[in-house]
Amino acid sequence: MADITERPSVENFKEEVLRSYPPKIAKKRAKQIIINKVENQEEVPVIQANTRTIPGIITMRGCAYAGCKGVVLGPTRDILQITHGPVGCGFYSWLTRRNQTKPESLSDTNFMTYAMSTDLQEDEIIFGGEKKLRAAIDEAVALFHPRAIGIFATCPVGLIGDDVHAVARAMEEKYPDINIFGFSCEGYKGVSQSAGHHVANNKVFTDVVGLSDKAREGRFRVNILGEYNIGGDAFEIERIVADCGITLHSTFSGNSTYEEFSSAHTADLNVVMCHRSINYLAGMMETRYGIPWFKVNFVGAGATSKSLLKIANYFEDPALIKKTEEVIAREMEEVAKVRDDVKSRCQGKTAMLYVGGSRAHHYQDLLKEIGMTILSAGYEFAHRDDYEGRKIMSSIVVDADSRNIEELTVEPDPERYKPRVTPEERARREAEGFAFSDYRGMMPEMDNQTLVIDDCNHYELEELIDRYHPDLVCAGIKEKYVVQKHGIPMKQLHSYDYMGPFAGYRGAINFYREIDRLLNSNVFKFARAPWDENPQIHASYGFNG
Amino acid sequence: MKSGAGVPVKSFVSTRNACKLCSPLGACFAFRGIEGCIPLIHGSQGCATYIRRYGISHFREPIDIASSNFTEAAAIFGGKDNLFTALDNVSRAYRPAAIGITSTCLSETIGEDVSMYLKQYETRRGQGLCDNAGHCPAIFYASTPSYRGTHVEGFHEAIYAAVRALISDGPAADQRRVKVPPRINLISGLLSAEDLRELHAILKSFAAPYTLLPDYSESLDGPSWAGYQKLPAGGTKADDIRSMKDAAGTLYLGFSSSPERDAGQWLASRFGVPLTHMDFPLGIENCDVFFESLSRLCEKPVPEFWTKQRGRLIDAYIDGHKYCNGKKAIIYGEEDFVVAIASFLDEIGVVPVAAATGAQSNSFAHRIRKALKNTRQQTLIMDKADFAGILEAVKGGGLEADFVMGHSKGLYLARNLGLPLLRCGFPVHDRIGGQRILHLGYKGTLNLFDLVCNTLMQARQEKFSSGYTYI
Repeated sequence: MADITERPSVENFKEEVLRSYPPKIAKKRAKQIIINKVENQEEVPVIQANTRTIPGIITMRGCAYAGCKGVVLGPTRDILQITHGPVGCGFYSWLTRRNQTKPESLSDTNFMTYAMSTDLQEDEIIFGGEKKLRAAIDEAVALFHPRAIGIFATCPVGLIGDDVHAVARAMEEKYPDINIFGFSCEGYKGVSQSAGHHVANNKVFTDVVGLSDKAREGRFRVNILGEYNIGGDAFEIERIVADCGITLHSTFSGNSTYEEFSSAHTADLNVVMCHRSINYLAGMMETRYGIPWFKVNFVGAGATSKSLLKIANYFEDPALIKKTEEVIAREMEEVAKVRDDVKSRCQGKTAMLYVGGSRAHHYQDLLKEIGMTILSAGYEFAHRDDYEGRKIMSSIVVDADSRNIEELTVEPDPERYKPRVTPEERARREAEGFAFSDYRGMMPEMDNQTLVIDDCNHYELEELIDRYHPDLVCAGIKEKYVVQKHGIPMKQLHSYDYMGPFAGYRGAINFYREIDRLLNSNVFKFARAPWDENPQIHASYGFNG
Repeated sequence: MKSGAGVPVKSFVSTRNACKLCSPLGACFAFRGIEGCIPLIHGSQGCATYIRRYGISHFREPIDIASSNFTEAAAIFGGKDNLFTALDNVSRAYRPAAIGITSTCLSETIGEDVSMYLKQYETRRGQGLCDNAGHCPAIFYASTPSYRGTHVEGFHEAIYAAVRALISDGPAADQRRVKVPPRINLISGLLSAEDLRELHAILKSFAAPYTLLPDYSESLDGPSWAGYQKLPAGGTKADDIRSMKDAAGTLYLGFSSSPERDAGQWLASRFGVPLTHMDFPLGIENCDVFFESLSRLCEKPVPEFWTKQRGRLIDAYIDGHKYCNGKKAIIYGEEDFVVAIASFLDEIGVVPVAAATGAQSNSFAHRIRKALKNTRQQTLIMDKADFAGILEAVKGGGLEADFVMGHSKGLYLARNLGLPLLRCGFPVHDRIGGQRILHLGYKGTLNLFDLVCNTLMQARQEKFSSGYTYI
């Protein structure tokens, strides 16, 4: 296996890719294609992120609606969701992310398989769609009488003057026992789905969290934020934390209910999986209710153990710590067996990851566990803090696109604010090395001379494949088939396409086996017919002609 | 929603579990069926992402769709600059033969005059003022606001746009000369890649030059690559589209294009190319009409190969009719598709107890009734239908069925009724090979017939307690 130094130089890669762009694009992309260098364990180069995608450059990104409805709210089962807009958006976000949910009984409410849309027609675009939205809410109430209704705005809604919030308020007056709230997540807001995450966080915080003071029984009550139960990830996490003796109050939003959201402020601790999509909520809950938070990662067996121990250590309870250690030891026995076996076949293989706002980081742990080397990684829609760590947050320049997503001013709740850790206590623990409100970011954990690429586009992905011939590419379904056409295995890491879970211990085992199967598949050996002496003509990209 | 079976159908304002997709999606697929054409969606990038994501899950192929990436500022001040930048970048990066632009609900709502923008762009491009590195692809523009029609309308609008853009001039109708041998135009509906390959095989067998439009048989279902392809190979060639005006006739599959935006209609009125719309060639009768029309246009008898295949189909109907005769089905999907399936099922003695389409259509009920020549039972016919409505109507009306037939989104309908779902049409994303399902021709009909029989036989076999291997 080639040593990293024998691979084509990353400097050349960057230079040549940039040279193929016109000067304006090259200037922008130069700040988004970074050669990693970690100094003093934490210092990394600045990367530009969360800026507009250049029109016509085929991006992997989605829109604010996708981030709000599709990602954050989609996985919760008993908030009836109405897409206000023409039919497409509601259809495309109808269970496509493979979020799973487990109602407690067959008669329990589950709206996830149900896609309701106002299906706006030309007349409503001209004369306004609020009447139709009100009628849709009436119908939803008549059919289900849900506890809560979420309204999601698509592109034309704001432009035709429909006010989803006013409709929500009016309908709430009509149905006082139903919580009705709207999301201004029109697709053109912000620069990616990230804007939609923020919109979702804000509304869930102002309109749902804190409505019910029904606390769960248990000594160590935790909310997991930013875990969306794709392929059953949350189920596996639920299993493990329960074994450790930790009470999971709620997950935002995999396998979740409205009741769990509304009473989430009663928990003792928030832990954050996907920093990008939900750190806002963690921050706001800390300010208003005094719940501390820190970053965890349940992707990767090692990362899972570390995260569990951090939660146990937070509570400073010897019995909990002991029990957690026992669970880790028990689980790692089986994990190690599979890991070592798979590692014997995957050691030294190379991978690239372009996905999400956390996944490109989290999945590196899993790949490293089976001995793989990460050549390059990048996020689709993350911000600088997800790359460089939260320490740089104060230096992020807020541009016009971010400014139009509301930043809420939060005050401590006069009655419910209860700091779980006093400032003195916190200072002591921080001095001992316990990090609160932390995220180190992806770059400090990546090797020097790896390529970190924000909002990687099709052209760059092709160049990367062409030059580095990775053994594995991890991205989304849009990239999947173009990678596979090259005879390179591809793991879809947004919705996984099939199978799961990949989180926790059993998830790690699933993932090792999946990568083993992908990397050691026979099919690519048959790619060329024995009589084929004239393989297809190679085409090439040319941004400058 | 209409009902034809005395079943009360409650009308809803909202759409619950839609049975239709939005029009830019159909337009993008049609554009990918033109050689070297890359779709560009004028709107926010989410539309391109969602549509790519959806198309890819069915075709399991790369589908590159560019976007003009509207931001809030573009939504307020207009997207002209974004569109021009996108055109430049796509021209330079992909060197496509054509760019097929579709609008979105966003750009249509703010009243973007894309046609005017494009005139300006082409003028500037002609003067060498664009940053396109000298690449000047043809530009098609399909107006596809997603608040009007369904993905099927978008599909046909894109065909119209491409034909109008490529055949801008030429001799008028009276000067037109039909070539020898006669040339055939075949305009397809939204069908599978395998269907398009079958249409090619049929057309080729008549040994007449032809244009099959659109043609994503290769571009959306190609082999693995030896080297990188900027745009997957395949698609209707621009020259073949230009030749459509010289054809002896146009066969247009389906009736979903609007008369004033119908490529065949335009070729007929502008160049005198006779136009015949017909149902999808699915089922013996529809296939017979199709083959006879081809034979007439080409002035050649139907090759024996197809006659034999037809005979094989008849043979299969005889072998299998005992398993399907008198069975009942629920069918749904896009109008032309459901009408063709209804006709096929009627032929084999299956009664479609409910036939539904998501499109709003005045002709659907009439077409379904016409397709059901043999049944003496009433069929619940619903246009503007959604899956929740279909389920309620079927349950409310006490309709009993043996299977459900249509695309993947009917899963919950089928599950709820405890019936097998026979997957066909678009989208099929929960099975392998949706792009390879053959529906058309005698062969496609045979394929569906086998599926129907085998589905019923399997269902019966599974209920056996004593485990017979012959049923």
